[in-house]
Amino acid sequence: MDDTTTLEGFRAETRAWLEANCPPEMRQPLRGEEDYCWGGRRASFQSEAQRLWLQRLGERGWTVPTWPREYGGGGLSPAEAALLQQELRALGCRPALWSFGIWMLGPALLKFGNEAQKREHLPKIARGEIRWCQGYSEPNAGSDLASLATRAEDRGDHYLVNGQKIWTSYADQADWIFCLVRTDSAAKKHTGISFVLFDMASPGVSTKLITLISGKSPFCETFFDNVRVEKHNLVGQPGGGWDVAKYLLTHEREMIGAIGERTQSQPLGAMAAQSLGRDASGRLDDPVLRARIAEFEVDEAAFRALMQRFGEQARAKQAHGAFSSALKYYGAELNKRRQELIISALGSGALESDAVAARDWLRSKANSIEGGTSEVQLNVIAKRILELPGA
Amino acid sequence: MALLLNEEQSMLRDSARAFLRDNAPVAQLRQLRDSQDPAGFAGPTWSAFAELGFAGVAVPEAHGGTGLGAVEIGVLMEQIGRHLSALPFLSSGVVAARLLQLAGSPEQQAQWLPRLARGEAIATLAVDEGPKHRPQAIALRADAHAGGWKLSGTKTFVPDGHVASLLLVAARAGDGVAIFAVPREAAGVQVQRTVMADAHNAAQVLLLDVALPAEARLPGDGATALQQSLDFGRAAVAAELLGIADEVFERTLDYLKQRKQFGKLIGEFQALQHRAATLFVDIELARAALAKALHALDSAPKQAAEAVAIAKAKCGSAATLAVQESVQMHGGMGMTDQLDFGLFMKRARVLQELYGDSGYHMDRLARLRRY
Repeated sequence: MDDTTTLEGFRAETRAWLEANCPPEMRQPLRGEEDYCWGGRRASFQSEAQRLWLQRLGERGWTVPTWPREYGGGGLSPAEAALLQQELRALGCRPALWSFGIWMLGPALLKFGNEAQKREHLPKIARGEIRWCQGYSEPNAGSDLASLATRAEDRGDHYLVNGQKIWTSYADQADWIFCLVRTDSAAKKHTGISFVLFDMASPGVSTKLITLISGKSPFCETFFDNVRVEKHNLVGQPGGGWDVAKYLLTHEREMIGAIGERTQSQPLGAMAAQSLGRDASGRLDDPVLRARIAEFEVDEAAFRALMQRFGEQARAKQAHGAFSSALKYYGAELNKRRQELIISALGSGALESDAVAARDWLRSKANSIEGGTSEVQLNVIAKRILELPGA
Repeated sequence: MALLLNEEQSMLRDSARAFLRDNAPVAQLRQLRDSQDPAGFAGPTWSAFAELGFAGVAVPEAHGGTGLGAVEIGVLMEQIGRHLSALPFLSSGVVAARLLQLAGSPEQQAQWLPRLARGEAIATLAVDEGPKHRPQAIALRADAHAGGWKLSGTKTFVPDGHVASLLLVAARAGDGVAIFAVPREAAGVQVQRTVMADAHNAAQVLLLDVALPAEARLPGDGATALQQSLDFGRAAVAAELLGIADEVFERTLDYLKQRKQFGKLIGEFQALQHRAATLFVDIELARAALAKALHALDSAPKQAAEAVAIAKAKCGSAATLAVQESVQMHGGMGMTDQLDFGLFMKRARVLQELYGDSGYHMDRLARLRRY
């Protein structure tokens, strides 16, 4: 009774604050990636409204509603954060900030970082002042990530980092990197890895953009040539980086699994009917495509229910730790199916070289590769959930 | 926590599971099949099931039931699926009871619901007329006759039809669909048991100019009540399918961890690991879709059609994959009648057809979404 009253009060305050502080331009639906705000030292704001919205939400800690206040968060309970989400959705507010700091590094720092690291980095992530990128994959360490070879040599008060990363999203625009490096080449492959943070403006760091089949992409090759990393920028224990990396990957997998959810706009069946027309009985004028779309929509709805159920299990502390692999696997495969069906529904017009649909279709092929391939996710399910032998 | 069981529901699951394991396991279905039992289910088991309050779980308390909802029906049906229990719960306690509640007159409800809840009488819906579920194309005719009705036509695939004392017959009356309460012993009713591959019960019902009094027609809107009670039945069947999928998957996983070939446990082979993992995800999707549908039936039954179509389609395809993989992964032994997988496969196949297969429900989803 008391809880409910307090929560309803919080809802009213929240709505009033959002009404007063979210600029009207920031309540328009996102048109595409060009409307995303990534923040950072070199942030380029599309409009004054976009800058204001980030500043106001950031000052209140509501870019990261559940993080503690002392680290720049909103200090909200899960119930309050859920209410805030509802209100943001009700008003049609755009997300103020897209951020690997929020989605990936932040949760890992909260769990593994020391007090100084949390105080230094989390508030800047919350306010969108520092933009982060992730240095995990290497040319010879993809699915077999733990075989990574980038070296960090102990030089007393600092490490000297040499090596190369690949598929580093937005490395060319990021301010700092969280990076897996090998600090002990004599140790077994999982135990010689450490998790370090450093400034991308450090001498010896360079990046090169990679062109993908979909055209332009955010992916880079990133090179480290005698980069100096202070020892206080190592997160967790030396040689304990793999635990941090795995924890962070869990968050990344949930994020990629939810990609179709975030970007989905019009239901496929309606889109296809608009594009291809209907027969005399009102059915989509392509019976085979209609059946494929219906089959897809059953799976899509089931996946949405699965995400809801997983959320409820997580709140009730009943979720299996490796279940994010199931969500990542299925979400990625589902999004690839969606993009194939969109091309089928739109036909040749969607295949013009600069068509957005074609770009999205090609880009979706990476969903089952990035963040651990579908095959790796199936391995994780077999080993950790089904407990099959020797997996 | 809309999609997770609460404490009472978990207790219901545990007690149903224990009861069915002890009283209606797969071995009982084998025995009924092998002895060509004329009823096709064990009377004492059904009475005990009803005594525990299970048969009347969806009947209102005012009519002697426990007055619980779709989630509880789902809990029981999953356990029935796990044990392949042959009981007339789906036909009588779920679909017929729901239909009487939705469209029956107070007299019909008072006459039948308490007896259904106590397991003393069995009622069943007769809807299908051809090889596939087509409730929108009912042809069996009900004509006005001497101040009452006269029904003529044939119904097929009527679950538990040969043991039901009350047939709820969906018929075309004028422009619309109406439901008629037809006593088994009415003149002109011929019921023929059809022994199905799954050793469960169905029947063909022939109505030859069956004369009925005016009040035999259920007063509620027939088409609406039919759809809504079918949706309860579909969700219940989906739950039974999920129970089957869970059971055969568990048994198959155990086998992958025991069986050795080429000097290895076969569960070490990645070809099988990936298939098992894929099946696991499919079953979890089916479980979530079902939970969503059961929740919708309890909170907004008139808007539940989409969620039910999704659940029936998904549970049908997941269970189909599960039983097929269980036979394949058990190799030659999976094909033997000695192991239970064939029984699960046959039951799953019959349940796919019952109240619309996956294809039917995908088409239904497309129609509901207007494409």
